[in-house]
Amino acid sequence: MSLRESLSDRLANSLFGPLDPAPNAGYDDPPARKGFFTDTSVCIGCKACEVACKEWNDVPENAFEMLGTSYDNSHSLNANQWRHVAFIEKPATGARADLGMPTVGAPPSDTPDDEKPDFQWLMSSDVCKHCTHAACLDVCPTGSLFRSEFGTVVVQDEICNGCGYCVAACPYGVIDRRHGPADDPKVGIAQKCTLCYDRLTDGQRPACAQACPTESILFGDVEELRRTAEERVARLHEQGIMDARLYGNDPEDGVGGTGASFLLLDEPEVYGLPPDPVVTTKDLPAMYRQAATAAAVFLAGAAAAFLRRKP
Amino acid sequence: MAEAHPVGFQWVVEAQKRGARVIHVDPRFTRTSAVADKHVPIRVGSDIAFLGGVINHVLSNGLDFREYVVNYTNAATIVSEDYRDTDDLDGLFSGFDAEKRVYDPTSWQYESEDTHVELSQAQAESSAEHAKHRATAAGLQHEAHGIQVASHPARDETLQHPRCVYQVLKRHFARYTPEVVEQICGISQADFAEVCRAWTENSGRERTTALVYSVGWTQHSVGVQYIRTGAILQLLLGNMGRPGGGIMALRGHASIQGSTDIPTLFNILPGYLPMPNPEEHPTLDDWVDSVRKPGSKGFWSKADAYAVNLLKAYWGDRAQPDNDFCFDYLPKITGDHGTYRTVLDMIDGKVKGYFLLGQNPAVGSAHGRAQRLGMAQLDWLVVRDLFEIESATFWKNSPEIETGEIVPEECATEVFLLPAASHVEKEGTFTQTQRMLQWREKAVDPPGDARSELWFFYHLGRMLRERLQGSTDERDRPLLDLAWDYPVHGDGVAAGWGEPSAEAVLREINGFETATGRPLSSFTEMKADGSTLGGCWIYTGVYADGVNQAARKKSRHEQSFVAPEWGWAWPMNRRILYNRASADPDGKPWSARKAYVWWDPELGENGEWTGADVPDFEKTKPPSYRSPEDADGVAALDGIDPFIMQGDGKGALYVPQGLIDGPLPTHYEPVESPFRNLLYGQQGNPTRLEYRREDNPMNPAPGADSDAHVAVFPFVFTTSRLTEHHTAGGMSRYLEHLSELQPEMFVEVSPALAAERGLEHMGWCHVVTARSAVEGRVLVTERLRPLRVEGRTVHQVWLPYHWGSGGLVTGDSTNDLFGISLDPNVLIQESKVGTCDVRPGRRPRGAELRALITDYRRRSGTDDDVYPPIVTTDAGEEEQ
Repeated sequence: MSLRESLSDRLANSLFGPLDPAPNAGYDDPPARKGFFTDTSVCIGCKACEVACKEWNDVPENAFEMLGTSYDNSHSLNANQWRHVAFIEKPATGARADLGMPTVGAPPSDTPDDEKPDFQWLMSSDVCKHCTHAACLDVCPTGSLFRSEFGTVVVQDEICNGCGYCVAACPYGVIDRRHGPADDPKVGIAQKCTLCYDRLTDGQRPACAQACPTESILFGDVEELRRTAEERVARLHEQGIMDARLYGNDPEDGVGGTGASFLLLDEPEVYGLPPDPVVTTKDLPAMYRQAATAAAVFLAGAAAAFLRRKP
Repeated sequence: MAEAHPVGFQWVVEAQKRGARVIHVDPRFTRTSAVADKHVPIRVGSDIAFLGGVINHVLSNGLDFREYVVNYTNAATIVSEDYRDTDDLDGLFSGFDAEKRVYDPTSWQYESEDTHVELSQAQAESSAEHAKHRATAAGLQHEAHGIQVASHPARDETLQHPRCVYQVLKRHFARYTPEVVEQICGISQADFAEVCRAWTENSGRERTTALVYSVGWTQHSVGVQYIRTGAILQLLLGNMGRPGGGIMALRGHASIQGSTDIPTLFNILPGYLPMPNPEEHPTLDDWVDSVRKPGSKGFWSKADAYAVNLLKAYWGDRAQPDNDFCFDYLPKITGDHGTYRTVLDMIDGKVKGYFLLGQNPAVGSAHGRAQRLGMAQLDWLVVRDLFEIESATFWKNSPEIETGEIVPEECATEVFLLPAASHVEKEGTFTQTQRMLQWREKAVDPPGDARSELWFFYHLGRMLRERLQGSTDERDRPLLDLAWDYPVHGDGVAAGWGEPSAEAVLREINGFETATGRPLSSFTEMKADGSTLGGCWIYTGVYADGVNQAARKKSRHEQSFVAPEWGWAWPMNRRILYNRASADPDGKPWSARKAYVWWDPELGENGEWTGADVPDFEKTKPPSYRSPEDADGVAALDGIDPFIMQGDGKGALYVPQGLIDGPLPTHYEPVESPFRNLLYGQQGNPTRLEYRREDNPMNPAPGADSDAHVAVFPFVFTTSRLTEHHTAGGMSRYLEHLSELQPEMFVEVSPALAAERGLEHMGWCHVVTARSAVEGRVLVTERLRPLRVEGRTVHQVWLPYHWGSGGLVTGDSTNDLFGISLDPNVLIQESKVGTCDVRPGRRPRGAELRALITDYRRRSGTDDDVYPPIVTTDAGEEEQ
């Protein structure tokens, strides 16, 4: 393998495909990668995560405006909203099949399917995904966005110059520049979940996970959370809840798997999540290769031109 | 529960993960329904019909836990032959006095082996007394005091005697068929059958079912009987006194249980001792005897010790045997001094001053307009709260300013707004629904001048006593003689404004020997001779061995599943009351799976009760013990009598005394309902307390009123809390991080009602009753669905009640819609159900608002002091 091929492979892997982000970012012997697993099947929409996040991270109010989208009045993830609970009211898909599996505890109901609840109120607490391949970080020209030793992606708002490249780069629409309130010193600065970097360095859980009463938001080592997620989805499938699925759990997906993954009860789009997110810098290596080839051709042409002028 | 108690709901989720099935019965689909296994929508105010249906299902199919029922409940007890049921009397029980609208409960009593005359004197109370009991919410005392039984009532353990409680119950509930449930509650027969099956299949030896309710369930004109219906069902299925069973009342605030134990109520004293009244209780002995009822059975026989210890805690060394322990210093009550009576008395100018502590009645109490008009008539008002709530600003920004009913320049009420410390800014305890006290340390100093309640009352008392120093007026003696000597600490000590020690108060509540200061370990150590003192007998033990037991925080992972070393529960750190019932009559666990407390014949000299919890039974009384004929007090309880606070030791399926509105729950329609009572001629609770006056009109009721009148208010509305706000908003609307989560008052309607009334999603609408109109944004949602009731469609409207004119987000107050009508037992207001009209657009302002209401009252025939009749059957009179 030539030096050039080897470099090219490493470059390609850093921007796409499975890897452990902290060592890849140059940390020697970092702690295990940390992340969230949000199990929306036990979310009760209490919004304690939203409030705890704002309290701990000193995030100002977003808007005092009733939206009429069920009980969601926080709009979306944005610079003033680092956790966002979505509320979706919908007819049930009726995919709760009885597989006749053995159960623990109460005897199973033999009520026919058409008597099952025909209405669903889905709730899901969304957050920055802390991607394995984080486009926001790749495009940041100031180094304000950095990969922490925990494998998370963190903004240093005192370095950020507010260029906004990261805003366009995020495939989930998470990161955002603060628009107000006017007297906030961070107006214009990129803001998002830090996975409570300051709490992690102090050996504590992120504020949202600490506040979540039903353990819908679990914090821990990503590897372990992924196993927990697999077990949980399998158990729900056993209970006949066939709509249960994982989101962000796959290291082979477009962002190399996320540090914050989810158990959903419907298609990601229903929750406002992109169905197949791809790191927007995925094609950078190919683009560099093409640019390099073009440059080489151009250089060769130019050289040839000079050569030809030689008497 | 997920809506109002998200933190507690974690245990439901945990149970669900272990296989528990959660059924949610609620008029609308809430956050609880979202994660429950089953949601059953119900018409508001029809719960007795629903649970009565389940009881009927249990009884008519013989699904009760027979061995439990025969031995541990009064199912076998035979009722007097004079008793007539609502079944016989069109919705009334025997003994109804139509004029006073109360019962003479003599005919409700047990049949006795003794003579009938003796029985009535010992057990029954006259109807005149029932009128007094209603005025003083005596049901609250009976809640803890149980039935006093002087003699051995006759029993038929085969449950075949036509007048045994089991058969009485069976006949009473026979009308509550699945068809009737469907007709009254709007619950399909399939849904109903599923609930019945789940409840009964998960009860018995191997399994238990818990009934959990939030206190909105009590806020009905039949509120106490709602709980009674649940209690009957749980007793029939053997779910009381056993792990995983019981009835859990989720309180509306952090220490509502505590504020009943050490009450902030007008009619009881600490430890559920009744307030004395001057006519019946001229002396200490009269008062004590009215509690312990000499000759009756059970643990109240020691009421003299509890009473004397309380008096000693109040007046210390001044309280001596020769002065009746200062009994004369106790305030006495003469009638109804409940919160609603007081507000109406304010309007009438009979009340001069008012203290509001962490309460915002201008927003949170029924009939908000009456609350605000009442406060505007006071001379002075003290408000202690975290923020400047509406009850402190009503004189300048209430809706009555717009209507001209309150004129700021003329309102003479002097308001003293005093900033209060929050729960993290002061030390003390919370007592939660399991009767568990949990100690809180102070985390931070309160800001500015904010101070704890303890500080406020200690220094208020100190200053009042200083003012009165040297007074020779007899009426000042109770204040001057108080034992008001608490140690103080903190920065303010040097200046004379120290913080009283909450631990010292807890120690006094616990009680100690007056001679040695040794803290008592158990209320059984309390003496009636003045050698001990204690502020609340049921709390004795919380400071046992001089240790603050409420401050224990041992992880549940480091102790047994009962977790006895987390906090402290009254009485005696017992986590499940009446847990003798967790063992069979022989004292053995009902099943290995549900083993909790049992009799171990190998322990002690002749055997002892033991198990995972503190046994709720005399430790050495064997299951085989049978009381001698002449026994009284605790000795009269048999070894198979788990319900030790009841005179007969049995769980009361049928209540022969203590309830104003009848020995059994009966379906009555809410005071305001679009429907006739399908079951009886009697429409609503005939004994409810209503204040009939021009400023407290009620919407018309079907039957007596013309259908045209009833049709003016065609819809049913209910109200409850959102997770994002706290009750009347005093702790949430003033905080940006909570306010922004639910920034506007809104009204939830079904798509069908929206179409019928031309309501647009996110547009405005207003809801109208005979009291007022409130507006909100329209939230059209499938979570509310019309129900089929009595053959026609009824629309239910839901409103949260958090908003007012203050705070970061403002809006109309839903409680303005309610009138004042009260449950007769405990005087709780009916504030979860009413009838209304819904109109698109914003409500009129100012004088036009009152004009709108006047017009509605005229059209509904409720102007001119016209009220729906309360007694709607003459069956009771025929009987007399």
